Amino acid sequence: MLRTGVAILAIMAVAAVFGPALSPYDPAAQILPLRLDGPSLQHPFGLDELGRDILARVLAGARISFVVGLTVVTISATVGTILGAIAGYFGGLVDDAISRVVDTLLAFPGLLLSIALVAVLGPSLTNVLLALTVVGWVGYARLVRGQVLRAREFEYVQAAKALGAGAVRVLWRHVIPTALPAVVVQATLGMAGAIIGEAALSFLGLGVQPPTPSWGTMLNGGRAHLLDAPHLTIFPGLAIALLVLGFNFVGDGFRDLADPKGQR
Amino acid sequence: MIRFLLRRLLLTIPVLIGVATLVFALIHLVPGDPVQAMLGETASPEDVADLRSRLGLDRPLAVQYVDFLRGAVTGDLGTSLRTSQPVVAAIVERLPATVELAAAAMFVAILIAIPLGIIAAVRAGTPVDHVATTAALIGISVPNFWLGPLLAIVFSVVLGWLPVSGRGTPAHLILPAITLGAPLAAILARMTRASVIEELRELYVLAARARGVSRARAILRHAFRNSLIPIVTVVGLQFGAVLTGAVITETIFAWPGVGRLLIQSIAFRDYPLVQGCILFIAVTYVTMNLLIDIAYGWLDPRIRYE
Repeated sequence: MLRTGVAILAIMAVAAVFGPALSPYDPAAQILPLRLDGPSLQHPFGLDELGRDILARVLAGARISFVVGLTVVTISATVGTILGAIAGYFGGLVDDAISRVVDTLLAFPGLLLSIALVAVLGPSLTNVLLALTVVGWVGYARLVRGQVLRAREFEYVQAAKALGAGAVRVLWRHVIPTALPAVVVQATLGMAGAIIGEAALSFLGLGVQPPTPSWGTMLNGGRAHLLDAPHLTIFPGLAIALLVLGFNFVGDGFRDLADPKGQR
Repeated sequence: MIRFLLRRLLLTIPVLIGVATLVFALIHLVPGDPVQAMLGETASPEDVADLRSRLGLDRPLAVQYVDFLRGAVTGDLGTSLRTSQPVVAAIVERLPATVELAAAAMFVAILIAIPLGIIAAVRAGTPVDHVATTAALIGISVPNFWLGPLLAIVFSVVLGWLPVSGRGTPAHLILPAITLGAPLAAILARMTRASVIEELRELYVLAARARGVSRARAILRHAFRNSLIPIVTVVGLQFGAVLTGAVITETIFAWPGVGRLLIQSIAFRDYPLVQGCILFIAVTYVTMNLLIDIAYGWLDPRIRYE
């Protein structure tokens, strides 16, 4: 499963990096006489409602998805790990304050708070990144807090403190590394979540705006043409599903490697 | 049990206050003048001032906040800018449709997931298990905003069996319920599989078989029943995903629920209605989690004494 996931991600990453340069068509170029044409040899994924090559737009959209996923996960994991480690290590009022913020943000199901934030801030890729990150860090904070609560009682951590190591050194060198395997699993699955989140927001008209080729925006455009041009819906959705499946395979694979009980 | 109940209730109150505070803050995050944003650039200064006064946005922030909290408790969340209907009335009007869709989605999910999970657990490690596990992972990976239109293409456009949008007959409910329930079914199937595998390893199952209990009875009457607690917990925890998924599903199928109301109010910059819908969904989610916690404590006495 891990190898299948890695293979899928490798293919999608190569397509995202090199695809737009190799594609003979500009994702924004319109061939209006051929609008809504189905798949053909010249246009394997067909053309959209403005006569734009869908394959070129799917490849360009892959870059946006990877950028969103990497940005959201990097910032969320960093902020969440630091805050979770501080909460778990110091405890007391610091832990209470951070945990209350976490509880409040977790009280909003799924994408709801992201939808609300983008609704008031305005639809754009930057606001989508902000909205997904504001919501995304809490999972890492709760995970790392739990790991740190356990790790701070380990003998080698106590020994480091007894030898005079400061809090920052103890956290950075001894405590946080114990949480990293779990954070890596969470981050891999978080990539899938961020990609679906951006696509969902764009689908609802709250994310990346046309003519930027986001997969979610393309799916939204395809809704009006389910009868006459279903290919507008099939290919962008397939791309999302494949990329997310790849990250889920890899995340599951990492979790199985990290799980000492090896439950399968 | 009473102490457990009180403790859970007390822990929920600060969360609800935090939720209400965050929802209150939303309107103040609007770049520039939120009132100008609601009315558009061509609105006259008099109209802007009038609306600002009607919404209470010309009062001190602390006064606005206290009024908002009071309104949240008493059920007065203002009126819709577009329709002038009270926000709470607008939500209550759409609520039955969302409840109907959520219940149908849960039913679809349980119908698919429980048998699939049990079969995968009983045949763990075999090709049947691999197929079921992969199918579940695919189910989690396929976004509902793709699945919905795909189902509509096949069953409405090509085959013409089911209506593509709206609400009115049981046939209208099928595609939205499957769209919303499929990801939940995938998660639930994985949870059921893991939970039943765990129980099948227990000695009491071996003891039941040694006493002559049939394999099917040992699985269904013993192992599966004891695996229900974590499954029920996951069903409850996934309720949040159902609520958010309903926002997207209702938009796809023009299902007249609270989720669609939220998206429509965003499009019209009807911020009082946006706030009301967000607050309603969040409070419903918090309340459901509280009920699940309480039910979990009732089902498993060990939880009450932690």
